[in-house]
Amino acid sequence: MKLFVLLCSFVLCAYAGVRLLDGDWVMVALWFVGAAVIHDLVLLPLYAAVDRVLVKGAGRRRGWVNYVRVPAALSGLLSLVWFPLITGRVSERYAGVAGLSADGYVVRWLIVTAVLFGGSAVVFAVRVRRGRRVSVGG
Amino acid sequence: MRTYGRHMPRSSLPTRPARGPFAPDFWRSPLRGPRFTSVLGVVLLAGVTILFVTGLLSYAAYNPDLAPVNDKTPGKGILGFYLFSWPTDPPWLYRLTQGVHVTLGLVLVPVLLAKLWSVVPKLFTLPPARSLTHALERISLLLLVGGALFEFTTGILNIQLDYVFPGSFYPLHFYGAWVFFGAFAAHVVLKAPVAVRNLRRMREGGDEDADELVAPRPDPPTVSRRGAFGLVGGGSLLLLVTSAGRSFDGPLRETAVLTPHGGPEPGSGPNAFQINKTAAYAGIRPAETTEEAWRLVVTGRSGTVRLDRAELLGMPLHSADLPIACVEGWSTSDQWWRGVRLRDLAALVGHEEPVDVFVESLQRRGAFRRGALRANQVADPRSLLALFVNGEELTADHGYPARIIVPAAPGVLDTKWVARLTFGEL
Repeated sequence: MKLFVLLCSFVLCAYAGVRLLDGDWVMVALWFVGAAVIHDLVLLPLYAAVDRVLVKGAGRRRGWVNYVRVPAALSGLLSLVWFPLITGRVSERYAGVAGLSADGYVVRWLIVTAVLFGGSAVVFAVRVRRGRRVSVGG
Repeated sequence: MRTYGRHMPRSSLPTRPARGPFAPDFWRSPLRGPRFTSVLGVVLLAGVTILFVTGLLSYAAYNPDLAPVNDKTPGKGILGFYLFSWPTDPPWLYRLTQGVHVTLGLVLVPVLLAKLWSVVPKLFTLPPARSLTHALERISLLLLVGGALFEFTTGILNIQLDYVFPGSFYPLHFYGAWVFFGAFAAHVVLKAPVAVRNLRRMREGGDEDADELVAPRPDPPTVSRRGAFGLVGGGSLLLLVTSAGRSFDGPLRETAVLTPHGGPEPGSGPNAFQINKTAAYAGIRPAETTEEAWRLVVTGRSGTVRLDRAELLGMPLHSADLPIACVEGWSTSDQWWRGVRLRDLAALVGHEEPVDVFVESLQRRGAFRRGALRANQVADPRSLLALFVNGEELTADHGYPARIIVPAAPGVLDTKWVARLTFGEL
């Protein structure tokens, strides 16, 4: 059953794949497989390692790590998706094609990042204060 | 000790315990497990299905089977089996389907990343293949993961005009989608029943099964599973609120702070709405669009007519409220267009019955400087060769002296700087 499903799937993949590779097939194949390889062997280990360092660095205050982790992850996600606009590598084309300026993207990304970290800091401060009150009261 | 199986060379090193990522206790996160993966999997099952369907609709919206100029994938074969005449109603159809396609694609990025993170230990299994079926399954997973990342990456780069991918976007994204879908369908057939069973047991409050995804020696948790879902959902929400506004105008568009065609409108006044390609980029010289220089050449059954702008203005003018919707996912709300009906121009050259039209622009570059519209589009009374928008003449960037506007058509078929219309069977 499993084998049958896989073989059916390969027929469709091969039919479309031949057409996908019609052209600069080496580069297309490299992009297709490379996307998986770079994600699994570079991007994922990289952010996992950064996260591990963060958790280790927090030591006994592991509970606090999320107040850095969450805004950092969200900001990183935005930069991953919008890096062509944020880094300015497409600014010239964007201005020429769409008649719009791409200069604001890096600033807006920094503002969103600042808001995320700021919001996280506020939540953290509120919780610490509340925790203290509870422990004093107790 | 692990045994490596009989396919290992006879002279190989003595068997050692698996090390590094191949060792089960390398993976420490207490979050991983069939339930975490199942929830993300079910979200992706629904999301990717919508992406695939809206993608196929977008492909059909170009009417690739109408004329070679509309067809960027002439070798599609049976992959175009479902093609149909793209309708003109409702006029916001493409605005909706393509807005959903691109915005949903962005929103699913964190879900996809989390799903891949949740199953990454399975990448590192020894032996690499236990049987022929297992080997084929792993190849299928490479097509699945590679296909998903290929589709998301090419789509996200394309909407930012970052054309670094190896070839034209249309065939890469279209054929890539079919390869991805082939692997996706197999994955759904093989894994969806397991995922649904996991979710049902989760609702009933049963214990999680022992599974290869569950870390045998987990680290103490730093975040609950609910918290992890919150982070993924928060990422999706953040992408949604910084993107969705680009399908609307004014203050809503300004909320799309990190998305192309988000932020403030270009310029001011009645022509201050989004531009896909500027006149300068398209290579339009002001000298060729003056009243003296520009002529519209209309050809049909009864011959060829050349009209200057004054003659066009002398024809019956009609109005239509229609949006512009781009394949890149942004759109504008209705603009008030005014111009000559395409069917009146067809009648001028001897076509009283509905007929296709081949449209040519003055523009020197761009994959769609020539395009074809189908008879149902030409026949619609709202399909215009527009001369005015929102009560003023078109600006150069919006296609002065004249542009096509057709209800529900993708923006690239609303050809600007029109120079020639050829009516007849294509």
